Amino acid sequence: MMSDFTSGFWSTYIVVFTVLAVIFCFLLLTIMGGGDKKSPDETTHVWDGDLTERNNPLPNWWRGLFVGLLVFTIGYLIYYPGLGSFPGIGNWSSVGQFEEEMKDLDAQTKPLYDRYLMMSVQQVAADSEAIGMAERLFLNNCAQCHGSDAKGSVGFPNLRSGAWSWGGTPEAIRESIAEGRTGLMTPLDGILSESATTQVIAYVRSFSGLEHDAAAAAAGQPLFVENCSACHGEYGRGVPEVGGPDLTDNVWVFGSSERAIRESVVNGRNMDLTEGTQAMPAHKELLSQGKVHLLTAYVWGLTNR
Amino acid sequence: MNDIDNFSQPTEKKSLFASRKKIYVRSVTGTFQNWRVTILLLILIVFYGVPWLTWGDRPAVLLDLAARKFYFLGVVFWPQDVIYLTALLLLSAYLLFLFTAIAGRLFCGYACPQTIYTELLMWIERKIEGDRNAQIKLDASPWSAQKIGKRAGKHLLWLLIALWSGITFVGYFVPIRELLPMLPFTISGWSLFFLLLFAAMVYFLSGLMREQVCKFMCPYARFQSVMFDRDTMIVTYDTARGEPRGVRSRKSKDSGAVLGDCVDCALCVHVCPTGIDIRNGLQYECIGCGACIDACDSVMKKLAFSLGLVRYATENAIEYGYDKAQMMKRILRPRTLVYIVILLAITVAVAVSLFLRNPLRVDVLRDRGVMARETVPGVIENVYRLQIMNTEEAPHAFTIKVEGLPGINVVAELSQPIHIAAEEARMIPVSVHFALPREGWDAGTYPITFTVMATDKAKMTRTEKSTFMVPKN
Repeated sequence: MMSDFTSGFWSTYIVVFTVLAVIFCFLLLTIMGGGDKKSPDETTHVWDGDLTERNNPLPNWWRGLFVGLLVFTIGYLIYYPGLGSFPGIGNWSSVGQFEEEMKDLDAQTKPLYDRYLMMSVQQVAADSEAIGMAERLFLNNCAQCHGSDAKGSVGFPNLRSGAWSWGGTPEAIRESIAEGRTGLMTPLDGILSESATTQVIAYVRSFSGLEHDAAAAAAGQPLFVENCSACHGEYGRGVPEVGGPDLTDNVWVFGSSERAIRESVVNGRNMDLTEGTQAMPAHKELLSQGKVHLLTAYVWGLTNR
Repeated sequence: MNDIDNFSQPTEKKSLFASRKKIYVRSVTGTFQNWRVTILLLILIVFYGVPWLTWGDRPAVLLDLAARKFYFLGVVFWPQDVIYLTALLLLSAYLLFLFTAIAGRLFCGYACPQTIYTELLMWIERKIEGDRNAQIKLDASPWSAQKIGKRAGKHLLWLLIALWSGITFVGYFVPIRELLPMLPFTISGWSLFFLLLFAAMVYFLSGLMREQVCKFMCPYARFQSVMFDRDTMIVTYDTARGEPRGVRSRKSKDSGAVLGDCVDCALCVHVCPTGIDIRNGLQYECIGCGACIDACDSVMKKLAFSLGLVRYATENAIEYGYDKAQMMKRILRPRTLVYIVILLAITVAVAVSLFLRNPLRVDVLRDRGVMARETVPGVIENVYRLQIMNTEEAPHAFTIKVEGLPGINVVAELSQPIHIAAEEARMIPVSVHFALPREGWDAGTYPITFTVMATDKAKMTRTEKSTFMVPKN
């Protein structure tokens, strides 16, 4: 709540004005209704000497509508929040209504998702209607980082490359979506000297046949085994259990240029995440089990058609 | 004569509020009433009949609010077609302007739903309770089995008509053949709400409130007056000819020399649905129904006086004594000509645009996550989302082509053609490749176009602009 409203002054202010307005309207309808006994058909309002305002009486049923509105107003202010900070006896709130409607919607769509949950990922991936739904889910929930075509961009994995840092089985994909992932690359600044870094980079680039200095690569090999193999494997093939990417498949999440690799080695990757956040956020709180299932099938199906 | 005095003399009103005085309307026949009945029947037949028409396996006219699609014969209007609604409203507005400028509140008197239902319910009332005098007598009589029976019968019939009107009204939004079996228990809440709302409007507004709606609630009634000018034909009492009014005895033929043609029979007042006396001149309550013209003409005919003591005439015609031809000539004046030109322009524009209307709609959005990327050295990839809407009631297959840079192409992984079901909108992620020429290419943004084309219908082709980004090395 905003600090303006903590004192209770503004609440009182609104209550006073609302109540006064209701009383004013009531008085207007009763006192004014008495009318001016002296001049039955004319008011005393005259403009420009000869322009007189006549009395065109309002029908009583219309007045009845005004009274009805006043009664409605009072009922509304009692039942709904409206009178300052008084929450109303109906306990209504916009958030509550939203949540209720979402619950209804979930209940409505549940049978549909339940049907897909009974099917395996492979079966769902072959169902064009399910994939149509999954595609919309992907475009709404995943495309911000992974791109509309799922090919990612710098720092965000390409889901069509066939390279899976955390494994490409349906189960692994489901876990990535539901629980999230954070692949931490430890900074090796201070552990590897500058020349050693250059040698390791040459060795890493040699895996994919990229342009490199053969002598430096050879010198980099023992350095790689010593410093990098825990996560990337002895031969650079990656360790899916810890999310260590395969460095031999020529798929580069952060770029293949020497400069990009040096950045990864020296400063690490995903080291600046705030505590409690993940590089790939967990979606189990955001998406229902059925939606995660559909998305798993969609992502799995991108490379397994 | 008692109740007339309420209208012709200032009453002792001491309050800013007044109770409604019931108006007993006497039935009348004549030229203008025949017109009214004809138009009334036409509109009612169309209103009650249209929901039952079918087109293929769906209603011919259906305003499907939940799906946001309006079906009209063979055409499906999507929310993107809202311009046609605008055009329809403009057309209606200018028609109202035109008719009102020519002959006053024609809409109020002849075509307004409030008037139509009031006439219909009054007709029923007369069938049961009798005409004006019988109604006054019935109201004054003490409660008896007969009175209760008549009242109950009237209200029952009114309610039945009101309910059927409500069902018909909702039948424009929910297929009426599906709606009827749902009544009364499985109908959706909102359908029931609008059904009862419309029924209540018919019953209360047209059955009970009648002229009160026109006098106090209707905004059109107020603003139509500003479309009048001195050449607008309005229902007018020819004061010069009629005054001094007076009842004359059949014997003294010469009394016509002293008295005007008005015999003060008050028939014009008795037939008026808003209870005014047209002899007091143009009044805001007058809905221009022409009942008083027919009533007066019938009296004039009996007395062998010339017709038209009360008639459609313009203020200028009365003042300068124009004959009919002179008055009619003034129908075509700058104001009405402008209205006619605008009406024609809108009609032509709508007709042409409906004829050329493309049932395919395409929106191209650049991907929000990806600016541009290099796939293999020298090949730049941009990503787009193509929203392809097939608004037709038949499935179509589409191919996507991109143009604007040498050798630019849609990636082969996109399996073309793309099948889109009837009345479906799909978001298609599309990657576009541009191989940088050997001699180099400047970084920057280049205009490109996407062409989406149905494989089986040449008319369904759309070309949309977008941009392609080549990043700096």
